[in-house]
Amino acid sequence: MKADKKELAVAALRCGTVIDHVPNDVLFKAVKILGIENIKSHVTIGNNLSSKRLGSKGIIKVADVEFAEDVINRIALIAPHAKINIIRDFDVVEKRYVTLPDEIVGIVRCDNPKCITNNEPMRTRFSVIDRDNLTIRCHYCGRTVKSEDAIID
Amino acid sequence: MNSNSLVSIDDISRDEIVDLLKQARYFEMHPDQKILDGKVVATLFFEPSTRTRLSFETAVNRLGGRVIGFSDASTTSSSKGETLKDTIKMVSNYVDLIIMRHHLEGAARYATEVTDTPVINAGDGAHQHPSQTMLDLYSIYKTQGTLQNLSITMVGDLKYGRTVHSLLMAMRYFNPTFHFIACEELQMPKEYKDFCDKYNIRYYEHRDFTPEVINQSDILYMTRVQRERFTDIMEYERVKNLYTLRSDMLEGARKNMRVLHPLPRVNEIAYDVDDSPHAYYFEQARNGLYARQAIICKALGIDIPKMEITL
Repeated sequence: MKADKKELAVAALRCGTVIDHVPNDVLFKAVKILGIENIKSHVTIGNNLSSKRLGSKGIIKVADVEFAEDVINRIALIAPHAKINIIRDFDVVEKRYVTLPDEIVGIVRCDNPKCITNNEPMRTRFSVIDRDNLTIRCHYCGRTVKSEDAIID
Repeated sequence: MNSNSLVSIDDISRDEIVDLLKQARYFEMHPDQKILDGKVVATLFFEPSTRTRLSFETAVNRLGGRVIGFSDASTTSSSKGETLKDTIKMVSNYVDLIIMRHHLEGAARYATEVTDTPVINAGDGAHQHPSQTMLDLYSIYKTQGTLQNLSITMVGDLKYGRTVHSLLMAMRYFNPTFHFIACEELQMPKEYKDFCDKYNIRYYEHRDFTPEVINQSDILYMTRVQRERFTDIMEYERVKNLYTLRSDMLEGARKNMRVLHPLPRVNEIAYDVDDSPHAYYFEQARNGLYARQAIICKALGIDIPKMEITL
């Protein structure tokens, strides 16, 4: 056990949440979406770490916080393969994957400059119309966009 | 949110579309009635549209209702920076129904979310304009005696033209065959062709506007090719006159064939077509009055007799 921990690039967590397998290029978007900037407990963010599955990955460790499912699912659009580990007393007590909700409120900005959401102080709403290709559609103007092209606010 | 609101033609079912057509028929026979006595309707035109506004306001006036509103946002608080939400909430205090037109897409949908007063979308940018679709459907029904199994040819700007997109979607209930005639730059977008595939709607695409296609059509739906839609002005100059309808092109047309156009037209229909028995675009505009009377009553939850029509 001790030998394993020496190899960890990021310190182990006593209690809290580990968000693993976040693609490098969206790590800081994920940090923003989850509101991690405002968390007062220890937060460790690692990027460009080696990963068997992704080659290279990002990881977020947040001490003493267990995110609600609907909060964590907010990153599903940008990190559909992220893995969530809930840690209590150094043990992983729960593992789960993010799931894309049917509707995404806030988070994504519509790329149609003539959409009402870009011109009024209001929250955006997108519905997922194609889960296989991760395509979403603006509830207001109808513009569709693939998640990889989605503008995250 | 009021469930009687009409934002998109997609929001209503086949039965609701048919009921609106039956009621439009009723209003055509009885256009002047006092059924909106005591009702106040707001026409909020954040973007000017004289044609649509006059049609809606005539519809209210002929039914005995009263109208408040504005025809240009520059004279309102929006020009001072008031949000759409605040304008809608304020007006909701005064009226029974809001009819709105806005240059931003999705504005009407958003308006329905901030008020319990019913909202009718009279056009939101390039997005939706359901009352236009209803008057198109009513015009097609009136001229053909049915909506079923018709061959509909759409010409001109099929890429940006919201009227053709909405009409295409509404026709999915009636087994149409479509012919799309447009230049390379203004073709029917893929999402609408996918829509046709999904609903097993037959469609054929053409580059050339020829009498052969016209001769197999029941409806010729013309739209305007606008210069500002082109990235390449040379391309515009090349195609601008290719999609103009002239009366000599109608010689072999089916007797029942009618030419529709959402208006205003510029040069896509030559003036000599106006005298042809196939021209229907001015009558089409009049049908808008009856279709809008039906839509207004539906939005207000007022029950109207439905005339029998066979589809």
